[in-house]
Amino acid sequence: MSSEWKFTAKEIAERTDLFMSGHRACAGCAPATVHRLVLKAIRGPTIATNSTGCMEVTSTIYPFTAWKIPWIHTAFETAAANASGIETALKVLKRKDRIEHEHVDVIAFGGDGGTFDIGIQALSGAVERGHDFLYVLYDNEAYMNTGIQRSGGTPLGAWTTTSPAGRRIPGKPQLKKPIADIMVAHEMPYVATASPAFWTDLLRKVRRGLEVDGPAFLHVIAPCPRGWRSDPSKSIAISRLAVETCTFPLWEATDGEYSLSAPSKVMALRPERKKTVTEYLKMQGRFRHLFKPEFEHVIGRIQETVNKRWHKLLGKCNIS
Amino acid sequence: MTAIHQKGQKVIALNGDEAVAYAVKQCDVDVVAAYPITPQTIIVEKFSEYVHDGEVDTEFICTESEHSALTCCLTAAAVGARTFTATASAGLALMHEILYVTSGCRAPVVMAVANRALSAPINIHCDHSDSMAERDSGWIQLYAENSQEAYDSIIQAFRIAEHLEILLPTLVGLDGFFLSHTLENVAVLPDETVRNFVKQRQFPLVENHDGKMVPFKLDPENPITIGPLDLQDYYFEHKRQQEEGMQKAPEIIRKIHDEFAERSGRTYGNGLVETYGLDDAELVTVCLGSTAGTVKTVVDQLRAKGVKAGLLRIRAFRPLPVQDIVEALRNAKAIAVMDRSCSFGGYGGPVFHEIRHALYDSNLHPPTVDYIYGLGGRDMPQHMIQRIYQDLEKIRITGKIQHPVQFIGLRE
Repeated sequence: MSSEWKFTAKEIAERTDLFMSGHRACAGCAPATVHRLVLKAIRGPTIATNSTGCMEVTSTIYPFTAWKIPWIHTAFETAAANASGIETALKVLKRKDRIEHEHVDVIAFGGDGGTFDIGIQALSGAVERGHDFLYVLYDNEAYMNTGIQRSGGTPLGAWTTTSPAGRRIPGKPQLKKPIADIMVAHEMPYVATASPAFWTDLLRKVRRGLEVDGPAFLHVIAPCPRGWRSDPSKSIAISRLAVETCTFPLWEATDGEYSLSAPSKVMALRPERKKTVTEYLKMQGRFRHLFKPEFEHVIGRIQETVNKRWHKLLGKCNIS
Repeated sequence: MTAIHQKGQKVIALNGDEAVAYAVKQCDVDVVAAYPITPQTIIVEKFSEYVHDGEVDTEFICTESEHSALTCCLTAAAVGARTFTATASAGLALMHEILYVTSGCRAPVVMAVANRALSAPINIHCDHSDSMAERDSGWIQLYAENSQEAYDSIIQAFRIAEHLEILLPTLVGLDGFFLSHTLENVAVLPDETVRNFVKQRQFPLVENHDGKMVPFKLDPENPITIGPLDLQDYYFEHKRQQEEGMQKAPEIIRKIHDEFAERSGRTYGNGLVETYGLDDAELVTVCLGSTAGTVKTVVDQLRAKGVKAGLLRIRAFRPLPVQDIVEALRNAKAIAVMDRSCSFGGYGGPVFHEIRHALYDSNLHPPTVDYIYGLGGRDMPQHMIQRIYQDLEKIRITGKIQHPVQFIGLRE
């Protein structure tokens, strides 16, 4: 059953905010925008949970809360286990006639640390067990809550405080873990990537993820001005460039069948519109050291990796 | 046996793990989440059979780790479900982080722990290192002497944990293999009796962000935020509230124990501590768990010889029933505490710390010594317990303690 709501700008603007203003996220925080957008797309009664991280900390500082829906946090590595318990309780309590609502959706939010790294076991287990929930990964590509340390989601060459731009080693030496593909390998019903710059696409995917029967995974790129050393007013522009450079292509995989989403399809059909990674990197201070002559080869390697992953994706989408 | 039949009970042969699973089956539990670990495995196996044979209306989540098992129970409980998990040893250690989160979120999860040694070296047999390491985690801890008590305690644990004045998770310890895998005659109550005893979960009212009083659970009609960031300005008060729940618990544990006794005909002391031959006892051992059964046999033998021997068994280790302990030890001339775990580098084991500490303010200062015993499942036979009483007799006569803390039953 597909949604009748078409996500027009007017409708979105008119929808009540369920992730409220007044939270303590930094200026230009894309994860906060992502949370607000995700809750704009819910279809009915919903319970949310977050892993420990920036958005948990900034949205719930006691005695305040930014959440207008029921919400729980337990620990860092537990977002998917939280959702498993919530979903299971809802199922059995509904069966025993102790819940009035016909259906309650469950959304788990995790940052990259809580998803790529410390929480991947709980996530993999929850998906294998087939719990009906949507997992939203807001990926700001490092442990920002503790002050910018590298994660499995940090891209090649990026400066963080644990992958410093040193004289010998220029930032993170390893590649970003292909987390969304790992989730597709779980043979789960629905996996997608999204960017807050393409908000209609993001909202549609949230709704789709809630509608599928079983687990859904949405990987959202979410720039962090503090950690990316970028202009707070450019977070959405950077998340657009992530797509336009094919660094972060937008796609969805329904029952393992990949298809490119409209913003990335443009790049596939008209490759001349695909921008170089340099345009993306130069807006972010975390890559500044790569523009020194001795490290420029890393930019080349980043471009090669992006190209390689992009072509691999095109193959999965049956676009040659 | 007459009493048993009068209460409509039936006696069936169950090992400790099976007795726990049977109790959980009768308690109208909504969600069980668990991960198998020896010697708890039979609990999850047995419960899986109940689920797959349609004998229970319970969702069973076979998680990928104990960490997730407890987390699932916590969040399911937050939605309003009655939840249960079971583990042992490394499994409990892996849950450590979430044990604190569960008590901090005031989630009334019930857990059975088939007590087992911690690695390394790896060892699957009984000692209390696992649950003693969690004694400060904000969980109520009850220790069973036999499988019958494990069955009875699990049923009581749901009432204790969910009591609105307490709202704290509750752990029932049963000694690995000694109880978990040993067949006993266990008298079980009719399903209906247990169901009526445990009742349905109730929820306290809390103030939400609109100033409205709403049930303390995740309910889309009345949204609340559970598990927020809580800093210098409020965290301390919340921790104090947890301790207040603990302080109210002894009285409530005792009442629930008595109420259960009316239905079952079975008592375990006053529900907090059990005394055996203590009234005029001069030589007293203090222990918890299955060892108490062997100690009782030795006390009987010594009493037959005219020795004034007695036993104090701690059933509720958290909250510690200090007044009951002091009262029970009032006439003791020499006390031996038996610790089935070691607090490395500490002055004796954890039970010893508590008992000597409890006596300090009472102006009773009988010589009190500690025996670390039975680590990794090492047997504690009668002759060793007799030796402890002989040591106590020497201490009583001489008034001198040679070894305040010693290991017993190992090569030295």
